[in-house]
Amino acid sequence: MQVSRRDFLRLTASAGAGTAVGGLVGLGVTLAPATARAQELRIKDAKTTPSICPFCSVGCATLIHTVNGKIVNIEGDPRSPHNEGTLCPKGAAIYQLHMNPNRATKVLHRKPGAGDWEVVELEWAMDRVAELIKKTRDDTFIEKLPNGKLVNMTPAIFALGGATLDNEFNHVCQKFWRGIGVVAIENQARI
Amino acid sequence: MGSNMAECHPVAFRWPMKAKLNGAKLIHVDPRFTRTSAVADLHVPIRAGSDIAFLGGLINHVIHSERWNKDPFFKDYTVHYTNLATIVNEDFKDTEDLEGVFSGLMGYKEPDFWPYNGFLGRYDNKTWQYERGPKPPGPTTEEVIKQRGSFDDLLRSLRKGTAKSDPTLQHPRCVFQLLRKHFSRYTPEMVEQICGCPKEKFLRVAETLLENSGRDRTSAFAYAVAWTQHTYGVQIISCCALLEQLTGNMGRPGGGIMALRGHAAIQGSTDVPTLYHSIHGYLNAPSAVRPHDTLRDYLAAETPPTGYWANGPKWMVSYLKSVYGDAATPENDFGYDWHPKILGDHSHMACFAAMNEGKIKGAVIVGQNPATSLNGTATRRALRQLDWLVVKDNWLTETATHWYLGPEVKNGEVKIADIKTEIFFFPSTQIAEYDGSYTNTQRMLQWHSMAAKAPGDCRTDSWFYHNLAKRLKKAYADSKLSRDQGWKNVTWDFDPDPGETPLYPGEISALKVLREINGYATGNPKQHLKGFGELKDDGSTTCASWIYCGCFPAWDQNLTARREPDPPGVPGAHLKWGWAWPANRRNIYNRASADLNGNPWSERKRWVWWDPNFVNPPDPKTGKPIPRGKWVGYDVPDFTLTMPPSHQGKPDGIIMEPLSGTDAYIMRPEGKGWIFVPSGLVDGPFPTHYEPHESPVQNLLYPKQQSSPVHKVWSQGKPWNQLAAPVGDPKYPYVITTYRLTEHYLAGAMSRWLPWLSELQPELFIELGKDLAREKGIKNLDHVIISTPRSHVRAKALVTDRIGVLKVAGKTIHHVGMPWHWGWMGLSTGDVVNDLTAWVGDPNVSIHEGKAFVCNVERA
Repeated sequence: MQVSRRDFLRLTASAGAGTAVGGLVGLGVTLAPATARAQELRIKDAKTTPSICPFCSVGCATLIHTVNGKIVNIEGDPRSPHNEGTLCPKGAAIYQLHMNPNRATKVLHRKPGAGDWEVVELEWAMDRVAELIKKTRDDTFIEKLPNGKLVNMTPAIFALGGATLDNEFNHVCQKFWRGIGVVAIENQARI
Repeated sequence: MGSNMAECHPVAFRWPMKAKLNGAKLIHVDPRFTRTSAVADLHVPIRAGSDIAFLGGLINHVIHSERWNKDPFFKDYTVHYTNLATIVNEDFKDTEDLEGVFSGLMGYKEPDFWPYNGFLGRYDNKTWQYERGPKPPGPTTEEVIKQRGSFDDLLRSLRKGTAKSDPTLQHPRCVFQLLRKHFSRYTPEMVEQICGCPKEKFLRVAETLLENSGRDRTSAFAYAVAWTQHTYGVQIISCCALLEQLTGNMGRPGGGIMALRGHAAIQGSTDVPTLYHSIHGYLNAPSAVRPHDTLRDYLAAETPPTGYWANGPKWMVSYLKSVYGDAATPENDFGYDWHPKILGDHSHMACFAAMNEGKIKGAVIVGQNPATSLNGTATRRALRQLDWLVVKDNWLTETATHWYLGPEVKNGEVKIADIKTEIFFFPSTQIAEYDGSYTNTQRMLQWHSMAAKAPGDCRTDSWFYHNLAKRLKKAYADSKLSRDQGWKNVTWDFDPDPGETPLYPGEISALKVLREINGYATGNPKQHLKGFGELKDDGSTTCASWIYCGCFPAWDQNLTARREPDPPGVPGAHLKWGWAWPANRRNIYNRASADLNGNPWSERKRWVWWDPNFVNPPDPKTGKPIPRGKWVGYDVPDFTLTMPPSHQGKPDGIIMEPLSGTDAYIMRPEGKGWIFVPSGLVDGPFPTHYEPHESPVQNLLYPKQQSSPVHKVWSQGKPWNQLAAPVGDPKYPYVITTYRLTEHYLAGAMSRWLPWLSELQPELFIELGKDLAREKGIKNLDHVIISTPRSHVRAKALVTDRIGVLKVAGKTIHHVGMPWHWGWMGLSTGDVVNDLTAWVGDPNVSIHEGKAFVCNVERA
């Protein structure tokens, strides 16, 4: 489903009933027929999946509507005690995080000194990254400091990121790195 | 304060607005007049970075006010629930005694093995301790460690004598008297001089706060990163916590401090820490620079003997069991030696400083965009020193493309061929394309489910680490080297169970990961733990995160996925919506919402209370009857449920035994909130006003101590982190603060690629006042160049009345502000504002000073 800018405005207006629309209603404008039609369009034949807004930390609940596995609409969950169905401009744009021709979908590799990316196979790239991590770990691993303290770590690998990702990602990420002895694990909470 | 809630957390801001409709007063203290200010009852402009002077002024005003001294509520709350009456060691010297520093200040020398800690100085906190009675007899900690004694014996050995106190608050060394002296010069006149806000406005804030604190009313503070991004950020928040305890607002409905965090999962990524300094649930990471040689050494150094934190051995052992599984035994200290130790500060800026010197060889960056953050020029230089770099994101970010599109490459300073880094880019899934949980700013875990499949080679970020781990498990499977044994013993069981379909080929089961975080009976993963009260220190429980224990209390009960709001017309704790740590509690320290006898302070502020007639069932373990009485309420009580308000603790006991029925702050060793902070902060037991590292004025309160004596500066003297003169550099006369817009997100990766958001907010700008614009001949929409010693950027001028001139210390100070969302990628592009910032930071948490520094502005 292609959503034009005009459709989007209409859809988000209905999702935001009580804010922008509420204002218009206050001026005596009735949007009831348009809202009803948009409601129907939005969810016709759609499956609803509960989700959460991935932007700020308020944790607005969303509902994702899909038709045949394709996202057709994302809006605030009216049941949520946080957002009661509303979303801010960013939350209202979650749809475009997904349905967006600019999304990166291929694995890219740049050789040292090269001027361009090359598209590579996912499995090859994973093998190569694993190989580099192992080499760097083995080359730089410190079992004991000069003062004899056992540390079993390497300071030479840096892992960054996590505050935009799930708790489950954070667990897997930190368990992997600490498991192999990498301690320089950081995320946006430091900013 | 420190937040523009209307624009940065707009949906949450509906609630202060609803409170306002119900008669609440809304005050916005901020350098800029924003949309938050526009709807507030009062906007108070202050100079960026002067928050402690302002809050200190409020503290001074409160303790001298008639209301605080006459209404018994305030003494009841502070004398019994906080350490206001506690007596401090006679060797303690305040900043008033030592011209701006506390007793115990020493020099700092970087260790050779990791010289990236950045401290300018450090404190020994020996003199900041309470005056205590004699230590209870028993074996010493050294003896218990040597004999590998039980963890309870270890706690017993750590007991100190009971802290002395004076409930009349008259003792010259009680916290109240020290506090009075410490803030005595933070007068309304001084606030006006330092902050640049009119005295009358300050006094209106102070009176409003007092009028709205007490039995029947509460006041809350909300802050965001404008309180954290300072060389004394932790002390600003500590100062607010002090004020909120002093005014009896903590632990009560409508009170407390709201940390408005910036990312959907930033609370979760702090709890489940992808942060170097901590392991799960705020346990400190084992460290080579602390006495952490063995598990018992670690526990002795990190565990207070009393208060709820004294359960630390149970949490740590259960964590080690989650890491090393069956290989973790009591004999090998549950695998503690395998666990890596940190060498010091491995934080964001410390690592980029080390990277610039070739000490870091490889980096994996997932969902973060450092090429546009924290002194971007120095960061990109550091990235160019790497042997290899992996970027995994939804879009080609500036971090992924710095090597061919970065400003240094574009302007010819750096040649692509000279960059020897091998670089990878892996595309990621978006929120609707996988399962998992986020923890919001209220500590609430909420589950989201997959709705659609991601395109192409997009995989979840968990998939990436899961499949790396499998490869490295294989690679080390046959190693006999001692250093590889830890990794060989790490348990890695995240493949979906039979019957559970992976979302993508080779994908993890997110449910299984959350199960490991919640914890289960060792050897029986189907027997989930119902809460952290079940954790043991003998290895019989396996639990990665004690604070998340209970979110998944049975195999088929993922409480984070609940979506049952409370019906209208009830107090609305919404205990069946998601799950909040700890123990699904929505308001922590909520014992303080009741008075000493366990009754609500007032009917209007009823939240948790003691029901003396509650009939308890017999103890499930012993079968013994439990006397009548229980803590009940709208929320999960934050207290021992059957401990009556009249209970007297056993002074010689451990863990919760010494705490009494009025010790509301159960995480503190003595059960009392800390107004004076004897340990845990490296920069002082009381908040103190210091100037930012770069400031236009001298510190008026402590002329001999301009900035924090222990704050951090990385890459000192290096060309990539040049700093302005510490006071009033004439080349950089203006105060600059950075901020967010509603329509963009952080470094822009999640918004500048979206047509809708890019159209709403298409271009970088600098907001500056009319006076400065006139002085500089800058008209609205002119292009201007903003410079600091690190870099310069170009932006369009937005000339407004919303930001401008402040009179500070008799000087006219112009204030400017810039949003920092831009970079060279995406549909809306612009210069990188963070290129202006410096690698200077807070000594407790290593967060940079991005909210107050100095710059110059010229017409382009």
